[in-house]
Amino acid sequence: MIEIGLGHYLSLGAIIFFLGVIGIFLNRKNVIVILMSIELILLSVNINLISFSIFSGDIVGQIFTMLILTVAAAEAAIGLAIIVVYYRNRGSIRVEDIHGMKG
Amino acid sequence: MLAHSVFFYFFSVIAIFSSLMVITSRSTVNSVFFLILDFISVGCLFIMVGAEFLGMIILIVYVGAVAVLFLFVVMMLNVAEQKQSWFIGKKSTHIPIGLIVSVLILLELLVVVGGWKFKDDLMSSSTLNLSDISNTHQIGLVMYTDYILYFQLAGVILLLSMIGAILLTFRQRKGVKKQSYFNQISRNPSSSIELRDVESNEGVKIDD
Repeated sequence: MIEIGLGHYLSLGAIIFFLGVIGIFLNRKNVIVILMSIELILLSVNINLISFSIFSGDIVGQIFTMLILTVAAAEAAIGLAIIVVYYRNRGSIRVEDIHGMKG
Repeated sequence: MLAHSVFFYFFSVIAIFSSLMVITSRSTVNSVFFLILDFISVGCLFIMVGAEFLGMIILIVYVGAVAVLFLFVVMMLNVAEQKQSWFIGKKSTHIPIGLIVSVLILLELLVVVGGWKFKDDLMSSSTLNLSDISNTHQIGLVMYTDYILYFQLAGVILLLSMIGAILLTFRQRKGVKKQSYFNQISRNPSSSIELRDVESNEGVKIDD
């Protein structure tokens, strides 16, 4: 309990991943919160990579964390641009109102 | 070691609480604020565990760029009136299945973490001597030599996302007067000056 090991960090990553997945499923508000949940999931992946990198003494995990960070930033930019265009065309970004593909 | 565990529990409790508030808070602006808090506490965890460079990068990129981008979009799109219906939607049949899937994912991840304790000792797979140089120095030694291709590809991804975002949100407004440099430069006196003989007391019509 006092000794903080790899398991503690992995548990933290698992809990944040779980909260991100729940945020995607339970969301009724708007699509921006879904994008934020995806950011949470990517953050938990970063936690896993960095804790493995630190506790196993290999620097490559941190390199891949930087790559995931890049992809997360690009995904946020593209997703928010798509949301802005959708709001400009339809006037709403509620999750219930987005059913153009009948999915 | 005691201070390490105290700080770990402090930051991780803040991180879990704020990520819970991201997905449950009523207003989207509050969600963005809790997302910023989450990023900051996880960045502090990274700095604490020894990955200082990534912790600072998380603070700069996530808090400084991504979260502020979210905040801009939330404030620009006027989603404030949509905040009242959290899970009240009529056709919300996917919520129990979503809950089941999410809880299963959490259980699987925790089983993996629990099984990790009974694994053999962790072998260091590194070839670098990680003890006497700083974290940023280690990342620089590996990233610009062995992983230079991935580094360049990350740059290409950022460039593509910038082009895509600009291209998606660009629109040509109607009825806006704009300068056309080509037309301005390429006109000559014969096409732009016209000499007329004006009759007395008649005037001249300009626009025809």
